[in-house]
Amino acid sequence: MSSTSRARLGEEVWKTRTDKINAELVTLTYGSVVAQLCKDLDGDYAEVNKQLDKMGYNIGLRLIEDFLAKSNMQQKCANFRDTADVISKVGFKMFLNITPTIANWSSDSKQFSLMFDENPLADFVELPDDGKAQAELWYSNMLCGVIRGALEMVQMQVDAHFVNDVLRGHDTTEMRISLVRYIDDEMPADDE
Amino acid sequence: MPADWDIWAVSDWVTKPGEWRNEVMEEGPEELSTGSRKRERKKRRQARETGFKCSALLCSEPRPRCCRWYHIVAMVVYAVLILNKAGGLIFQRDFNPGLQKLTSNDYLILAGTFHGVHAITSQISPTNETGASGLEVLESENFVMRCFQTLTGTKFLVFAEPRQPNLDVVVRRVYELYSDYVMKNPFYQIEMPIRSEGFERHLSAYIKPHQ
Repeated sequence: MSSTSRARLGEEVWKTRTDKINAELVTLTYGSVVAQLCKDLDGDYAEVNKQLDKMGYNIGLRLIEDFLAKSNMQQKCANFRDTADVISKVGFKMFLNITPTIANWSSDSKQFSLMFDENPLADFVELPDDGKAQAELWYSNMLCGVIRGALEMVQMQVDAHFVNDVLRGHDTTEMRISLVRYIDDEMPADDE
Repeated sequence: MPADWDIWAVSDWVTKPGEWRNEVMEEGPEELSTGSRKRERKKRRQARETGFKCSALLCSEPRPRCCRWYHIVAMVVYAVLILNKAGGLIFQRDFNPGLQKLTSNDYLILAGTFHGVHAITSQISPTNETGASGLEVLESENFVMRCFQTLTGTKFLVFAEPRQPNLDVVVRRVYELYSDYVMKNPFYQIEMPIRSEGFERHLSAYIKPHQ
């Protein structure tokens, strides 16, 4: 499947097969989750990042089924570049109606960055001015967990984390995703 | 307007499943809106151009030249089974009589056995393409079984009457229902047996009306 036909598929799934809700409801709900976590964890932002990632992971484990069922994907991606393309053009398109740009491939094709030109989760957001949040909190960290969880269900162990965020004053919002390994859940070798 | 309108509208005039039936009304039932009548006409025009497939949902029978004929299919699905990626049975439901009743232990054995057979068939493919999908259809005199394995490893088995067309559509729809009503239920534990009223209700609603 070529890159353009993936873009078309993402567009089609978004238009015809996705139930939509008000974007501000999503933004505000996500905002309350993060704000509440910051409060409950007493401003321990490293822990907040961790909790967000964990929540995202649990979402990802389930969301992948919805993704596969709605997008009708039946073929495995041939390589990690394909996977990146599908995540951006179909995955993000059908759930958030955005298409992050893929950039900064490593030479071994195992790492890439997703550049978020827009991020519906972070509309209206300004990080608290306590001197710490700007340096420690990755506001949209749940997305990393979602990607990690979803890919794990399709036999890919990845590491995902934000490296830049416009909320922190950077120029772009950038998530770095690196493939750790393909999980081979075939039978053990001595299983005769 | 339900997507499977044909079968609803037409089934009123049908006495026996499987027979060809002349559609009574040229433009479809009166209460239809102009839009859906237009859609109907378009569907027929397409049928004329593409080679006269029956326009009833789930039916791929070729049909006589006259585009006003529908072929009515009785959709008889006996049972649906869902296996998790380890081969454990997480869901089993009978919808129509026709299969032997097994004890719950036997169902578990059946699921485990099928899981093993599926693994073997995907390893010893006669073609040399990589990533063979494994066993997909099993036909016997009395039933046909369609297996669909998702990329995450979950297997959906649908048992139906023999010569049932388009079971792959059915099985995909079951997958969609599963992803909606099982996976999105926050209290469902992944890989564990499914006890979800919502899922069962929607599943029967999908499978039963097609009879």
